[in-house]
Amino acid sequence: MSGKPAASGARRRAASDGRLASLLLFLPPALLLFTVFVVLPIGEAAWYSGFNWNGFGSPTRWIGFDNYRFVFDSRGFGTAFRNNLLIIAVSLVIQLPLALTLALMLADKFRGSVALRMLFFLPYVLAEVATGLIFSFIYDGNYGLLASIYRTFGAEAPHLLASTQTSMLAILVVVVWKYFGFHMMLFIAALQGMDRNLVEAARIDGASRWQVLRYVVIPLLYPTIRLSVFFAVVGSLQLFDLVMPLTRGGPADSSNTMVSFLYIHGVSRMRVGYGSAIGVILFVICVTFAITYKRWFMRDE
Amino acid sequence: MNDTSIAGRRPLDLVLVYKVLFLALVAAFVAVPLLATLLGGFKTLGELRTNPFGLPQTWEWQNYTDILLSKRYWQLLWNSFVIGSFTVVLTLIVASMAAFAFAHIHFFGSSMLLSYLTMGLLFPAATAILPLFIKVRDLGLLDNYFGVILPQVAFSLAMSILLLRRFFKDLPHELLEAALVDGCSYFAFFRHVTLPLSRPILATVGTITFVHSWNSYLMPLVMLNSEQLYPWPLGIMIYQGEFSSEWHLILAFITLTLLPTILLFIFAQKHIVAGLTAGAVKG
Repeated sequence: MSGKPAASGARRRAASDGRLASLLLFLPPALLLFTVFVVLPIGEAAWYSGFNWNGFGSPTRWIGFDNYRFVFDSRGFGTAFRNNLLIIAVSLVIQLPLALTLALMLADKFRGSVALRMLFFLPYVLAEVATGLIFSFIYDGNYGLLASIYRTFGAEAPHLLASTQTSMLAILVVVVWKYFGFHMMLFIAALQGMDRNLVEAARIDGASRWQVLRYVVIPLLYPTIRLSVFFAVVGSLQLFDLVMPLTRGGPADSSNTMVSFLYIHGVSRMRVGYGSAIGVILFVICVTFAITYKRWFMRDE
Repeated sequence: MNDTSIAGRRPLDLVLVYKVLFLALVAAFVAVPLLATLLGGFKTLGELRTNPFGLPQTWEWQNYTDILLSKRYWQLLWNSFVIGSFTVVLTLIVASMAAFAFAHIHFFGSSMLLSYLTMGLLFPAATAILPLFIKVRDLGLLDNYFGVILPQVAFSLAMSILLLRRFFKDLPHELLEAALVDGCSYFAFFRHVTLPLSRPILATVGTITFVHSWNSYLMPLVMLNSEQLYPWPLGIMIYQGEFSSEWHLILAFITLTLLPTILLFIFAQKHIVAGLTAGAVKG
């Protein structure tokens, strides 16, 4: 009886004694790294975006919001922004339904289902740069696979990546190739964690396959679908590594994404103010999307 | 009776046929580019043009052996390996310490600090790449492995801390309380109890971080100048530039650089998928 409060008192003292010292040991490395390499640069991007600066010395030529005006006035950035929207659209309209269909087919184990899952997931694990190079071989007008298909039909081989009309289309195919497996795996994980009794109950009640899918399985998948949409949009906004080996944003800035536009027109020419302004715009888009989406669609999670 | 059962089965079989056809189509869509790359590396340039799909008439092993015997190839893999390993080790140390504090030590402002650290999930590293370049330059880390490693660690902290914290929280808290009463320090408990118990999640976070680092392109592109320091995604772009349309060599080079990735994928597949789905639950 009397030992109990004493023990808990000792316990509390022991806990509070070590607590502060431990916090001072555990937290600073993460806080320091994160602040120096993530948070400060974001703040500095906002600051630098007010200057005309090539990165040498310190920024002195303050030009206010002119960099933002230059960005919005350039033809290239508008195209890049539209391309990002196009990537988002293809991800949502083609990629996610494809991933969901495949997940529904492959969630149950049968001969070859695990092998197919792994095959479909494999492109996601490969580096974007290698993927881009593989497809620039496939699209190559002289040696590529597509060119040889055209030749067997006696047609002139197109140079898909060299035309402003088709460069973006060619990239979109690679985007689907590379990322549908990732979403498929998310859906498979969700399907496997699903309560099968609900499906069976619906079957016993006489629901058809389609009705079960439409009214039981898909609603149960909503949290995962919402998450998948979130990943698809945020990923689409970041796309860069695939674009560089395929087209470097060309021809004539037709296949840039916002990040490749930032790299080509800001980083490689060290236009720090201009590039930072693009970075800030991208930051605002990403954060606005993330916060709005979480508030509206992912409140329950 | 017999008739109805056959009639009942026939549409089902048709569904099965469509299903198999569809799966075969998607499988071909994924596999053909990969197989064409692998096989293309065994062909001559002339054959690549006339016979891009089929098996090579004569297997040009030399395309591959020349690359395997070059210093360049191994240098690229070594650079990627060094950058990846340091990124993983630093991420695991720093993230697990912070995650432990958030999981087990109650303190004022804990949830605010956690939101601060996980803000990194919301935006890509590219948004601040120019100021980041200037920071790394001012710290004297430009053209140095650590100019790539430290920002990569910083950007991987958010997801790593979230995953680790959730795992740590599931470990019995009473164990820690008992240990503290017995005079054990938080750090000793973390070091001798939490970490050994957390091997699965550490492996998962480590694998994911390694794959990210191994494949990363933008950060090394901006932070490194010397070709001797280039990781393989940068090196392969240079190689492709040099050999512009000698696709048989480029394809062999791509295949050989993808080999470690694919081996890692085969061995660590469980951890990669686990991390993906665990990360997904929280977002």
